Amino acid sequence: MSNVPSDLKFLSSHEWVLVEGDVATIGVSDHAQELLGDLVFVELPETGSSVSAGDSVAVIESVKAASDTYAPVSGEIIEVNEELEDSPERINDDPYGDGWMYKIKMEDPGEVGDLLNADAYTESIEEDE
Amino acid sequence: MGKKTPLFQSHLDASAKMVDFAGWDMPIHYGSQIEEHKIVRSDAGMFDVSHMTVVDVTGDDARAYLRNLLANDIGKLKIQGKALYSCILNDEGGVVDDLIVYFLNDSFYRVIINSSTRDKDIAWLNQQAAGLPNLTLSERDNVAMIAVQGPNAREKVFTLFADEQRTQIESLGRFMAVDMGDYFVGRTGYTGEDGFEILVSVAQAARCWKQLLDVGVKPCGLGARDTLRLEAGMSLYGTDMDETTSPLISGLAWTLAMSDEREFIGKQALQDEQNNGVSQQLVGLVLKDKGVLRNHLKVITVSGDGEITSGSFSPTLGKSVALARIPSGVVGEVEVEIRNKLLKAQIVKIPFVRQGKSCI
Repeated sequence: MSNVPSDLKFLSSHEWVLVEGDVATIGVSDHAQELLGDLVFVELPETGSSVSAGDSVAVIESVKAASDTYAPVSGEIIEVNEELEDSPERINDDPYGDGWMYKIKMEDPGEVGDLLNADAYTESIEEDE
Repeated sequence: MGKKTPLFQSHLDASAKMVDFAGWDMPIHYGSQIEEHKIVRSDAGMFDVSHMTVVDVTGDDARAYLRNLLANDIGKLKIQGKALYSCILNDEGGVVDDLIVYFLNDSFYRVIINSSTRDKDIAWLNQQAAGLPNLTLSERDNVAMIAVQGPNAREKVFTLFADEQRTQIESLGRFMAVDMGDYFVGRTGYTGEDGFEILVSVAQAARCWKQLLDVGVKPCGLGARDTLRLEAGMSLYGTDMDETTSPLISGLAWTLAMSDEREFIGKQALQDEQNNGVSQQLVGLVLKDKGVLRNHLKVITVSGDGEITSGSFSPTLGKSVALARIPSGVVGEVEVEIRNKLLKAQIVKIPFVRQGKSCI
């Protein structure tokens, strides 16, 4: 069983969100990295760009396949995890820590209410199986 | 539920992630595809390839039959146990399948073909056998097949055998096989490393796998098998070539024996293609920019577009590599379109990696 921390919010497409004030930190879940297998390349958004919730903003590629990942909330990309450029395997090793992908300064923190909590996300991945 | 090899339970015991492959439940990896890949390049790994199809071709007509069926010439096989890689072609010169044939004696050849093409291959083999009274084609479905590959693979396999059997295996040359009753051992593979492919009776299969585990051979899945063969520049049927592509445009001209008078199925079409000028070539690509080359991506060259046939990430090189079919004559650098961006790739000679070392 994969790890689903209770302090995070999720999309059913396997992105996680850590909310601190009006800043959201985004990565992909432990379950997602297990499904994808060894990651070999991550294409991150440009710092300073504006994104809307639901936009495809980053691509993560494993040996097997490329997968789009989606912005859980709207706002401005204020920071990306540049370490992933040379070490994409950080997402496999530590998906909720060193494997974080990017940070968004949220336009509307109310959007967080639309995200899944840990229990609902756990349920959604169990349904997939 | 798919078909299960005799090693199915062994895979579950090793925590394999199982996937469907051509109707078979097969292990894609046992945790990390990249680790498995690196084990084969540096030590020894094993693959369950029992899904592959084994056909014994026997009888006085076996030799004539295979000389007509195969685009490579089994007439080259002079020593008992010697193996040959060949394509079988249709009348248009397209590739029906690729295979390994082992020469056991003048009236006994063992052929190993792909599992994904089993039904059509068997039909094609039977069709070409019509009118040959002294020929028997018998599929062996009572065997498992384990490929043990890597620089330490042979040493580890030696420890499973004793006395005369051990001597026989130790003295096997490259691309040679020996039949020892319960075991048929060939010094062949699909990784670019030294090693063996072992046919073993179903009754002995799980025991053989366990013995290999006990001497430190690591189970490896189909995922690593694919990146290993890609690095080794070896073709995969159905992606790098199929019934619509000839060996001449698939990097397989080296497997054709067509300079003498021997006739074989597809020869005329190949000669016509050569006379008209071969329009495409299969080349190796190394991506210079960041990203991963994938099957079917468009390749843009100065002489027109081509397509990636097999693309992935090379764990040994730490960059993306691919096989691509592009217009003949193109050399140097090309562009590959990935998600609406044009990335630069260098044309290189294949293989990319052989025996653990980069060739580029």
